Amino acid sequence: MANFNIDSKSERTFDAIVIGSGMSGGWAAKELGDKGLKTLVLERGRDVKHNKDYPTTNMYPWEFAHHGQVTAEIREANPIVNRCYAFGEDAMHFFVKDKEHPYVQEKPFDWIRGYQVGGKSLLWARQTQRWSDFDFDGPARDGFAVDWPIRYKDIAPWYSHIEKFAGISGNLDGIAELPDGEFLPAFPLNAVEQRFSKHVKQHYQNRHVISARCAHLSKPNQIHFDQGRAQCQKRTLCQRGCPFGGYFSANSSTIPWALKSGHVTLRPFSVVESIMYDEKLGKATGVRVIDTNTKEAIEYYADVIFLNAAALNSNLVLLNSTSSRFPNGLGNDSGTLGKYVAFHNYSAHINAEWDGDKEWTTDGRNPAGGGYIPRFRNVYKQETDFLRGYAAGFSAYRYRETSSDGVGEDLKKNLVNDSLSGWKVGSHMMGETIPKKSNYVALDKSQKDQWGIPLLKIAVEYDDNDAKMKKDYVEQMTEMFTSAGFTNIKASTDNRAPGLDIHEMGGVRMGNDPKTSMLDKWHRLHACQNVYVTDGASMTSTSCQNPSLTYMAFAARAVDHAVSESKK
Amino acid sequence: MNRRDALGRVGLILGGTIIGAEFFMSGCKSGSTVNTADLAKPETTAFLDEVGETILPETSTPGAKAAKVGAFMAVMVRDCYTEADQKVFQEGIGKLDEASSKKFSKKFMEATAAQRTELLTELDKEAKDYAKKRGADIDADKLKHKDEKDYKGADIPNHYFTMMKQLTLLGYFTSEVGATKALRYVPVPGKYVGDYPYKKGDRAWALS
Repeated sequence: MANFNIDSKSERTFDAIVIGSGMSGGWAAKELGDKGLKTLVLERGRDVKHNKDYPTTNMYPWEFAHHGQVTAEIREANPIVNRCYAFGEDAMHFFVKDKEHPYVQEKPFDWIRGYQVGGKSLLWARQTQRWSDFDFDGPARDGFAVDWPIRYKDIAPWYSHIEKFAGISGNLDGIAELPDGEFLPAFPLNAVEQRFSKHVKQHYQNRHVISARCAHLSKPNQIHFDQGRAQCQKRTLCQRGCPFGGYFSANSSTIPWALKSGHVTLRPFSVVESIMYDEKLGKATGVRVIDTNTKEAIEYYADVIFLNAAALNSNLVLLNSTSSRFPNGLGNDSGTLGKYVAFHNYSAHINAEWDGDKEWTTDGRNPAGGGYIPRFRNVYKQETDFLRGYAAGFSAYRYRETSSDGVGEDLKKNLVNDSLSGWKVGSHMMGETIPKKSNYVALDKSQKDQWGIPLLKIAVEYDDNDAKMKKDYVEQMTEMFTSAGFTNIKASTDNRAPGLDIHEMGGVRMGNDPKTSMLDKWHRLHACQNVYVTDGASMTSTSCQNPSLTYMAFAARAVDHAVSESKK
Repeated sequence: MNRRDALGRVGLILGGTIIGAEFFMSGCKSGSTVNTADLAKPETTAFLDEVGETILPETSTPGAKAAKVGAFMAVMVRDCYTEADQKVFQEGIGKLDEASSKKFSKKFMEATAAQRTELLTELDKEAKDYAKKRGADIDADKLKHKDEKDYKGADIPNHYFTMMKQLTLLGYFTSEVGATKALRYVPVPGKYVGDYPYKKGDRAWALS
């Protein structure tokens, strides 16, 4: 162990520790490094260095043994993660396999995880929309969860901060419920997406179809070149890791930036067993880590700790951090830790056809994916028999439509001919769900993982509000598609378990009152003020925007606060 | 990849159907008792190469044999098919040979190119009729099960020739020669144009 130099306590003492190196942890690391704090970033998985550790990124389809398909053996061994849309032969090495890290499903829950440096930021769908006060006001106005202790004005400058560095493409759409940001040029809508956008604008009040805002460098600025990133080349092979750094990931952006500061140390293979609490000092003193290779327990110390282990694992770390002061988990005076978990409802889709614009197609590939419909239900007032609402994706496309009958030369001639179908349109629902005490995570009482850490037990399910909202999505989209002249409209719903949306949130919620919430308005534990939780765990409610942008803004804002506190 | 393009990764979309999807997404058990090693024998891959070449022959661009679809089929059936589908595929090789013997008094490998084309054209039609009936049977079976949630799907196998043809198409169009010579393959588009005039008759794009 001499090589490790872990014998000396001073070697294991830092100004700050960040638990997790993904979407939000990467931002905490970058901001701490920029501010000159000696920072340790702990990652439970292996290191994934930009480019160097993207083994499939430049592979051709024919270089994959199964040309991209998942083998039967892997499918059967991984019924959970195989349900994820991005789990393919080209990216499966970035996903946790079902048997590697078990958890207990008290109710069915597809927990999709990426245990490596960068976490799921390598794999995300890169959609980035700001919240507005229509979102932050939600719980208070509609009487669920607790009031958010912050409002849009608190977070707006931090959205700008993140957007400028990460690189977000989008239009200035001027929509109050989806505030504009610091955007690079948007990716265009195609002919039919534009047609639907115009139709909706003309015929509906407060409904919009905009170009989806996404974390791609459509036109990079100097700050992006400084990160070693270049323009998005529209390969749309993002899940493999991008050799151009064309989309934002912790691996291409925040983590290397943090390391370059000279103040940040990254320690992979380090699963956090717990955060240590000193009762005399009344604060956390550090973290207890288990080296996943040697199984050795090591303690690291710091003045301030950022917990960014991804929503449910941040819950797990706090639940497992017990002391006589906090027998039910660190900071858990309110008894709310692990409770009020929520997610997004992605279980409805709708498809149709458009018999027109056949003189148009597209060229290249659209990394933004097409259009985005911001929430229009219950925005300005409560208007339905369910609470809140949904955003929706919208895209139009043509596929190769040609006869595949027969064999021989004619068949081949047919198949290589770019004979396109008419336009198809599709939409998917992204619904807000209501956090409830009964949707919770907890430590399993008997089962432990290979490092002796209790397994997480997950009990999360849909409710009646979700069912009503799903029905409304189908009705509203059907009506909008009909009025736009689309035909052959087919809605489909599925019975997916929660989790497959990969937007699980909450359990360590923010709130003004320490009796009913875990975190204050600065993301600090009410009861242990040098621990900040700035990932999905902190979400008081979920709204319906893709959440990563908000987590990143939270992380940067919290670091700024922690550093200004330390100077007091 | 974007969530919305999830279909794209499953396989080629041709003629409105996703080639290969039903085989690769099925949830049945493998853990096979079928000896798939037989499929990798040189005589078997040579046989499958010729089946593939008959389906997609060399023209002004290379054919399926140049894309080594025989070996590709062997790998895909061994690794990606369920046990039930493996069995159908393996027995299909014998059935195809038998059909050739019956029709031409010659094994498939001994038949002329024209005879092979004639035979596979018939099998293609047979497989298509079979698929239609299979679809109707599955729909009827679905109606018997009221609760879709618990419905596991009817256990009706596909036609072996459907498998051979789909694997040939998938293997060929994702092979180097198929993607780059027969289709237009652009690994790095560098651009996205939302409104682009559609010109009929261009060569189609390969999967990335």
